[in-house]
Amino acid sequence: MSADAIHSGGETLAMRPRTQPVSALGATSTLAWRALLKIKHVPFQLFDVTITPIMFTLLFTYIFGGALGGTPRQYIQFLLPGILVQTIIFITVYTGVGLNSDIQKGLYDRFRSLPMWQPAPIIGALAGDLIRYSIASALIIGLGLIIGFRPAGGVVGVLLAFALVLVFAVAVSWIWIIFGMKVKTPESVMTTSFVFLMPLTFASNIFVGLETMPGWLRAVVRHNPVTHLTNASRGLMHGTPAASDVLWVLAASAAIVLVAAPIALRMYHKER
Amino acid sequence: MLPRRARMTNAIETTNLVKTFGKTRALDGVDLTIRSGTVYGILGPNGAGKTTTIRVLTTLLKPTSGRAVVLGHDVVSEAASVRRKVSLTGQYASVDEDLTGQENLVLVCRLMGLSWADARARATELLGAFGLADAAGRQVRTFSGGMRRRIDIAASLVTTPEVLFLDEPTSGLDPRSRNQVWDLVRQIAAEGTTVLLTTQYLEEADRLAERLAVIDHGRVIAEGTSHDLKSSVGSNTLHFHLAKAEQRDAAQSVISGVLGNGVLPATEPSAFTVKVTDAGAAANVLAALARANIPLTDFALGAPSLDDVFFALTGRPAEDKPKSDDAKEVAA
Repeated sequence: MSADAIHSGGETLAMRPRTQPVSALGATSTLAWRALLKIKHVPFQLFDVTITPIMFTLLFTYIFGGALGGTPRQYIQFLLPGILVQTIIFITVYTGVGLNSDIQKGLYDRFRSLPMWQPAPIIGALAGDLIRYSIASALIIGLGLIIGFRPAGGVVGVLLAFALVLVFAVAVSWIWIIFGMKVKTPESVMTTSFVFLMPLTFASNIFVGLETMPGWLRAVVRHNPVTHLTNASRGLMHGTPAASDVLWVLAASAAIVLVAAPIALRMYHKER
Repeated sequence: MLPRRARMTNAIETTNLVKTFGKTRALDGVDLTIRSGTVYGILGPNGAGKTTTIRVLTTLLKPTSGRAVVLGHDVVSEAASVRRKVSLTGQYASVDEDLTGQENLVLVCRLMGLSWADARARATELLGAFGLADAAGRQVRTFSGGMRRRIDIAASLVTTPEVLFLDEPTSGLDPRSRNQVWDLVRQIAAEGTTVLLTTQYLEEADRLAERLAVIDHGRVIAEGTSHDLKSSVGSNTLHFHLAKAEQRDAAQSVISGVLGNGVLPATEPSAFTVKVTDAGAAANVLAALARANIPLTDFALGAPSLDDVFFALTGRPAEDKPKSDDAKEVAA
């Protein structure tokens, strides 16, 4: 038995010299793998955030659908692209919740003391979130198809709408990353998010058209980013995309990332 | 690797290290010199600055002023070099509770630069060596406190660090788990890794550390071998409570008559803590009190505690400060 060994519980453990540090891509993909494992081990979290939109979809379609859109079947054509937007925007908060709970539990201390590319935990978590968004989107679109959603834009239109929603969701995630580092508990990240997300998604054209609202509200709702995203998502899914809405969403996403990402990364690097 | 390590005599050197959080001076001029290949203990109550010291040394916090050098690298200007050579096991098991034991270790192995295949092999090897093979496929949230602590330390040994930092490695553990952790620390140190650990227990520092520093309010108030420290307190102590608190002065003079001196400051009027050299001296004190008709409600013989050390060094009890830096960092 060599001197280079740890003996514990009757077993022998060779000491291991330090290897080359992991590459940035290797670290990021490993941390994305961790995010996937969390979805696998805690699927309830995903269920938790999709049950509300599923309820909303069914509720609005069958109870209000006739009044809002002529028939439930006509209304689901209008509602579903918007419900997709609302669902994914609500899930973005989990990026901040996860980060906050990692910080509270001391996991980020370990990550930050490791010799790796330091933004890897954040980028890895975002990559994992893409999978989370995809699963939730598939659930919502699947439900829509079952209850009569027939997108005129076809598979391509739906995929493009989904891609656009993902772009906006990743941008919004950066805002929750900042919140996740600022507030004390994962619960308060959640609470804060509802204060912003409830008005943001309800004061939009997800459930009803702009033309039904009083003039002053219409002026506000028209400038809500969620309204633009919903318009773009509807246009793409139904084969009548409006370039202005798509470009507006892309520009807004870029602006959010350009402002929030450097702040988030600086806060992450900085001592806590 | 070994010859280089042997040449380098000091693993850690800090000079007048200061760290402030707002108005709180968490570190108020800490000077430490820790030799390579030793186990060094930092002893102090909650909020004394133990965790802050470790966080500065592991590059998680930047010092407000002063300098800290770990393995020849400045912790601020050469943080990446420090990170390549040290491992940290924080105060709270820094593992992902949602993942299994095996997955947690594979994760850290990958982040330390091992290939997927090597990572899986190393994780299995570590789980076996730490007595966790049976729990490899279980989520860490189902682990006991002792198991969590062991997997946390295992994660720090994925590749062998030159310095291992352990922040209160046994706090909250039952005696059996504590002994297992102590054995692990001894084994790690026997392989040549320098270990810096913090603790609130004098006994722990005494069992593990060759040298230790007592810290209070962000300052080192005593430094030396555990023997040095204990002889400043008395190797054993006799604790008792008077049945009648008004007999305090009488009791004091009886003890002085038997031992000369040795009464440590007390937390309450009826309580006494007396330095004694051996059981005979303790018996003499108790017999003399009985002869003088000074009844006691209880008595106990014990090794000196952190409280006794603090009495001896500062003349006041070790206080817990809930608004301390340690508490704040956890919340921050």
